[in-house]
This record gives sequence, structure tokens and C-alpha cells, in this order.
Amino acid sequence: MTINLEVLLTILGMAAVTYLTRWLGPFLMSRVTLSKKLETWLSYLPGTILVSLVLPDLISSGVAGVIAGFASLVAARLSGNLFLALVVGVVTVWAGRSLLG
Amino acid sequence: MTENVKEESRPEVDFTAAGAWIGFRQSLPVALSVFAYGLVFGVLAKQANLSFLEALLMSVLVFAGASQFTALGLWVVPLPSLTIILTTFIINLRHILMGASLYPYIRHLKTLPRNVILYFMSDESWALTMGQFQSGKRNGAFLLGSGFVIGLGWWGSTVVGYLLGNLIEHPEQWGLDFAFLAVFIALLVAQWKGKKNILPWLVAGIVAVVAKFLLPDKWYILLGGLAGSLVGAWLNDD
Repeated sequence: MTINLEVLLTILGMAAVTYLTRWLGPFLMSRVTLSKKLETWLSYLPGTILVSLVLPDLISSGVAGVIAGFASLVAARLSGNLFLALVVGVVTVWAGRSLLG
Repeated sequence: MTENVKEESRPEVDFTAAGAWIGFRQSLPVALSVFAYGLVFGVLAKQANLSFLEALLMSVLVFAGASQFTALGLWVVPLPSLTIILTTFIINLRHILMGASLYPYIRHLKTLPRNVILYFMSDESWALTMGQFQSGKRNGAFLLGSGFVIGLGWWGSTVVGYLLGNLIEHPEQWGLDFAFLAVFIALLVAQWKGKKNILPWLVAGIVAVVAKFLLPDKWYILLGGLAGSLVGAWLNDD
């Protein structure tokens, strides 16, 4: 149960810069007038961020991953249920990795 | 308490305990996969010679998985503190874009609750909250409940992983690493608004894949999200 001072300061530094990144987006937006163009830009962000989160990892997760990704997509599209999409994805990738080695 | 949904052109946001509870409940499955992922962090933190308290403190105060894993990779004696802090900042720059996209929905909240819920903004809670806000249910406390249950998963798994040591080294054996991708894919499906999404998403995908190949850390998320959304804003005026 010890904390080294240097370690503590490093963790506090990490925490500070991380909170800064969480706080900065809304702060910067509050400094500008929300024009129509700006709102349009913001409306595209969630989708494009999610694509950027998903696609590189999906590609590097191999054949089983790509198949499972497609299965999750279909499950989400048909059911609209997040949990179902999660279960379908995990089970498919587990089965795929077991079968494909 | 009932969900108070105001249908106005300007998004209004409530902040109620009921909203937090909905966020808590709806994020529970995701919190379970965060727990599985966090076990690995606990194990690695022990192997990197952090004390139990230091590992827990990092998970509670920083609360950002990718940057914490990277920090462990840099954790040597003497501790390269500045490098670790700077790398953490770069990996978490994507939060700026996520926060900006939340802004229209949380702008009417008071400063204190707004700054508190921003601490709970992770990739997962942000994506779940955006989905919730866009479906018309605009309760800012959703992010609090969502982030809190995901936090419980993350903090709890840091503790359990640290204490269990080397028992759970390969969660990918169970396909658990895929849970996040599945959730993000489902949330992405909900973001589909028709043909106008095709080009922005294509650009985001290409830029992200190329950037992940060329650049270290998490730059690819920031660059892909930025490039795709700018193309969308440039092409459309809706």
C-alpha cells in the first residue's frame, strides 16, 4: 500500500491532461457562435468518429472479426438492440476463431 | 419521474436522477465488457510494478483505457514522466471532437453538472449518450449514469485484475475484445441517415485506416473523424 511521489505526480499529470481533452471540446464550441455550417459539421462527427474507431480495428481483427462485424451490423439493423448486437458479435467471433484456428 | 422530452428546434437538456438511471441500465452490458478488458489492465499494472493503490488511482483519476495501457508500456525506472503525460494527452485528443459533438446537447446545462459529466465521457459512454440524445431523449444525466456504470466496471476490474495476477491474460480467447467493436458497430448503424453519409464515412474510413498504418497512438481516430465530418459539412447544408 504505497505511493511513490514521482508516480503520484505522473498519474496526476495524466489525469489533468485527460480531463483537459474532455473539457476542451465543449469549451471551444462555447466560444464560437453555433452557425448552421458548424452544426452540420458537428452532426457528422459521431458517425465519422465511430467509423474511424471501428474500421481499422475490424480490418486487423482478421476473417473471423470481419464476419462477426457483419453479423453485429445485421443484428443491430434488424433488432435495433445494442445488447443483442454485442452478443451476436462476441459469439460469432468466438465461434469463428475456434473454427478457423 | 417521467422523461421530459421537449421537441424544439433548439435541443434542450434535462438533468434528473431518472435520466442517470436510464444511462446506468442501458450501459450495463457495455460495462461488463469494460470489466473484462479492465482485468487485463489490472494484471499488466501489477507486472509493470505499480503498487495496488497506484494502479487504482490511475484508473479512477485518468479513466481512459487506451492511454493507461500505453502508459504501462512506458513504465520503466527512472519514470519518463513527461513522455507518459504527453503521450496520454495525444492519445486522448479524440475526446475534443467527441466533446464538441456533445456540445449542442449539453450547452444549456449549468457549468458544474456539465463539467462533472465530462469526466465520465469515454469512447463507450459518449457513443451511447449521442445515440440517446439523437433519438430525442435529452437527459444530460444519461452520460453521468452511463459513465458511472462503465467506471464501476473499469475501477472494479483494475482491482480484481491486480489481485488475480496472471489468471486472465488472454480475454480475446473468449471473444470479449470484440464486444467493443460490436457495440460501436451497432451505434454506427443508428447513425446512418441515408445517402448523405456515404462519402463522409468513406473518407473517414480511408483516412483512419491509412493513418493507423502510418502514425503511432490514436491519431487515426482524430484524423478520420475530422476528415470525414469536414467533407460532410462541405457537401451538405442540412
